[in-house]
This record gives sequence, structure tokens and C-alpha cells, in this order.
Amino acid sequence: MKLKAVTGLIAAGIALGGAAFAEVAPGDVVWVDEVTIPDSLTGMPGTATAGVDVVSNRSQGNCVACHEFTALPDVQFQGNVGPSLDGVGSRWTEAELRGILVDAKHMFPETRMPSFYRVDGYTRPGDAYTGRAANPETFGPLLSAQQIEDTIAYLMTLTE
Amino acid sequence: MQHLKPARTLALASACVAALWTGAAFADPDLSAELVIDGELHITTRAPSDDITPNLPERYSGWLFRSAETRDLQADDFENPAMLAVEDGADLWETADGSNGQSCMDCHGDAAESMAGVRARMPHVNDAGVLWSMEDYVNNCRTERMGAEAWRWSGDEMTSMTSFISMQSRGMPVAVQIDGPAEPYWEQGRDMYYTRYGQLELSCASCHEESWGLNIRADHLSQGQISGFPTYRLKNAGIVSMHNRFRGCIRDTRAETFAEGSDEFRALELYVASRGMGLAIEGVSVRP
Ligand code: HEC
Ligand code: HEC
Repeated sequence: MKLKAVTGLIAAGIALGGAAFAEVAPGDVVWVDEVTIPDSLTGMPGTATAGVDVVSNRSQGNCVACHEFTALPDVQFQGNVGPSLDGVGSRWTEAELRGILVDAKHMFPETRMPSFYRVDGYTRPGDAYTGRAANPETFGPLLSAQQIEDTIAYLMTLTE
Repeated sequence: MQHLKPARTLALASACVAALWTGAAFADPDLSAELVIDGELHITTRAPSDDITPNLPERYSGWLFRSAETRDLQADDFENPAMLAVEDGADLWETADGSNGQSCMDCHGDAAESMAGVRARMPHVNDAGVLWSMEDYVNNCRTERMGAEAWRWSGDEMTSMTSFISMQSRGMPVAVQIDGPAEPYWEQGRDMYYTRYGQLELSCASCHEESWGLNIRADHLSQGQISGFPTYRLKNAGIVSMHNRFRGCIRDTRAETFAEGSDEFRALELYVASRGMGLAIEGVSVRP
């Protein structure tokens, strides 16, 4: 099951951007010191402007469901289940932010923050928001490797 | 969040229902608010915490978390849109149905007497030792005593009937049995409450015990109490059953949810009901 999900992901990556670099699949992410991931998941730096879409769109990361961003005053209804992300680029290194995004439970064990680049270990995983069971053949992580890198690029610009 | 307020106010000015819905997303529960129906009937919306809810400082009805506009709708039976369902339920109570040609009233008489307190004790274990919700008791009467067909769990007839029956307990404190034969069900429900379901790995507790009073996007999180059910949801423009609400909340964790009327949801209902012990049954409530 895991292998198939990984194959699907790589296929998706190719379809999306024709990526030449083989993305790091969720199961192959290399952790250093338990909480950091130094290497880019795409082999390249992300694009901060694309990261803005990931954090604010309901259909992507929807980080604003739980976090406030003063830098995005046009995004309505920002939640506060998690801390404000103002200044987050000065509080954490890029490798730490990658770890928090991929699987925040490494840094904050009991956190309510979802794991955005993990595909196993879930209880009754669903097919998105349909309420139906997920199809193990097509089940993928919440965000793509590219979306993770774009988000990190954006978060690194939030220095105050 | 302060900077967002002007933008919000603008958005609120548009549609009335939208205003009621989004208006909920402001702040903490309003503990100065008191629910008094038609200026007469006081409804207890706060109750002390105890061993069942060690992680809550106090029990709060979801009513306290809603905007003043939504709260007002529930304080006035004439304005409360759920009252239409209560009226339909009252009619159904007196309407003969099924091969025996009987109505609920033929066996139970005046609901104001025979059904008083019933809602406050639901769900409870039946004579055969099985945990039943109000819907199960209703359908059992229909199929076994009236020779009528069972109603769908969240169909209009059922939600009208449960609304009508709940009204007969309005103002009475939640008092479910959780020991004796109910205990294994209660424990199953408690385990479910703390299980992190779905790809978002959020449990009921993640949102309603650890995060009540906070906003998740536009939604102002309450303690997820069920003392107000059945609920008229403005968003759905209709009555919502408890199991329907559970199904939606689990679905929103990107999980495979459970079915309304499933054994799992009966157990969860008992546990969640016990978290509201001491809060008053609201009869029917109004929520965004
Ligand atoms: C369901 C809620 C939720 C969502 C959605 C969520 N987070 Fe979080 N996040 C949290 C919580 C809660 C914390 C605090 C960590 C803890 O639990 O101790 C946190 C912490 C963080 C931190 C460290 C914050 C700091 O100030 O030090 C970062 C960075 C972060 N989140 C980024 C993101 C990004 C980017 C997204 C979207 C891709 C996201 N989060 C989505 C709940 C969430
Ligand atoms: C991802 C967050 C989340 C999770 C997880 C969640 N809920 Fe909810 N729930 C909400 C939101 C948002 C609302 C609407 C606002 C409110 O009343 O809290 C809500 C409302 C409710 C209500 C209606 C309360 C009222 O007064 O009308 C009940 C009951 C409820 N939830 C029970 C549960 C149960 C039981 C679970 C676990 C099976 C659960 N919820 C899991 C977000 C969640």
C-alpha cells in the first residue's frame, strides 16, 4: 500500500510540474536530531508567493484556520487555535520549519497541528471531506513536496 | 486579529443569515448572557464541572458561544424557527399510523406528563440491556406496537418528533445514567471522544475540550455540548440531530465517519451527554 501511494505521488509530481528531481516521498524524509529536516523535499528552494496561497486557501494548507498572519490582512477569518505566525521566520530555522510542516508531532508531541507530509499511522483516514474511507491506492499527504517548500519560503519572509 | 475587524464588519452587513453565522466568530463565551425564554423560563446554561469533566473549569452550553442575534432567536418561541418542527411533532403525536390504527397519544396520553424528563435521561439502556437513543425508542413503538414503518434517523418526521418530545423536558437538568449496565457504553464513548480520527488527527477533545473559546477559521468553538439538541441550524435551514452533528464533526477531520444510529454514535452520545450533566435541556435550540 505504502509503495503504491508513493508511486502515485511521484506521478502526481511529474504531472504537475514535470519535475526533473525525484521528490523525497513522505516515507523517505530524512530527519536529523528528531525534529529537523535540512534537505529540501524538491531539491530546490520554494517560491514565497506560492506559499501565500498554500497558507490561506481552504483547499490547500488552510493554515489560517488555526494561525494568524498580520501580513495577510485580506485573508478573512483567521483562527487562533495555534500561535500567531508573525515573526516565525526569526524564531525557527528553515530545517526546523520543514520538520514542523512535515510532521509537527516531532517538535510538539501532543499538538493539534496536523501532519502535512505523512501518509501512514492514521485512524479511519477518509477520502478528503466526503466522510467515506480513503482509498489506500490513491491516499496522499495533505500537501505536496512543492507546496511544503513554497510554504517554508513564505514563512522565512516573516521576520517580524 | 484586531486589524481584521473592519473587514469583518463589512462582510457582516450583507445577508442576514450570513451575519448570524459569521457573527459568531468573535470571542470567548459571553458569561453575562442569560437564557430566559419568553421572559419567563430560565434555562441553566452553566453548570459546575466534576469528575466526568476534570479538564473543563465549568460546563457551558453552546448557546453562550453564539452571537447575540442567534441567542435572541432562541429566547423567543415565536422567533425560534425550530418551533415549526415542534408543532409538526405535536401533530404527529396525535396522528394514527400503521396497521393497528393507533397514535402515540393512544398509549402515552398527554406528552406534557408522560414524556416529561425523558429527554434528560437519554440515551439509556433498555430492558434488554442495550443502549438506545430516543430515536430507537420512537421507532420501536412504531414497528412493534403500531405496525408502522420505522422513520429515518434524521428524516423530517423523526426530527419533528424528537423536537416535540425534547420540549417536554425543557429546563430540566441532564441526568443520564452512566454506571451499572450503562458503564461499558459510557467507556466506549469516552474512548471515542479522545480518539484522534482522520488525516487531521483531531479528537472531539482537540476541538471541544482543548480549544473551546478559540476560533478555527470562521467557527467559534464551543464545548460541543448536546443539551441543546435537536438544533435548528441556520446554515442548513433545518433541524439537525445529535448523530448528524457527530457525523459532520468526524468528517471534518478528513476521516471515514460513522453512520447515524450506529452503535458507536449511541455510545458517544451517552458520553457527550454526561459531559453536560447539570446543564438544562434546551428543548430545541438555534445555532449558526
Ligand atoms: C488544526 C490546527 C492547526 C493547523 C491547521 C496548522 N497548525 Fe501550525 N500549530 C498549531 C498549534 C496548536 C501549534 C503550537 C504547537 C504546540 O502544539 O505546542 C502550531 C505551531 C506551528 C508553528 C510553530 C509556531 C511558533 O510560533 O513557534 C509553525 C511554524 C506552524 N504551526 C506552521 C503551520 C503551517 C505553515 C500550517 C499550514 C500548512 C499550519 N501550521 C497549520 C495548530 C495548527
Ligand atoms: C476540527 C474541529 C472539530 C472536531 C475534531 C470536532 N468538532 Fe464538534 N464542532 C466543531 C465546530 C467548528 C462546531 C460549531 C461551533 C461549536 O459549537 O463549537 C462544532 C459543534 C459541535 C456540536 C454542537 C454544539 C452546539 O451547541 O450546537 C457538538 C455536539 C459537537 N461539535 C460534538 C463533537 C464531537 C462529539 C466530536 C468528536 C466526535 C467533535 N465535535 C469533533 C469542530 C469540531
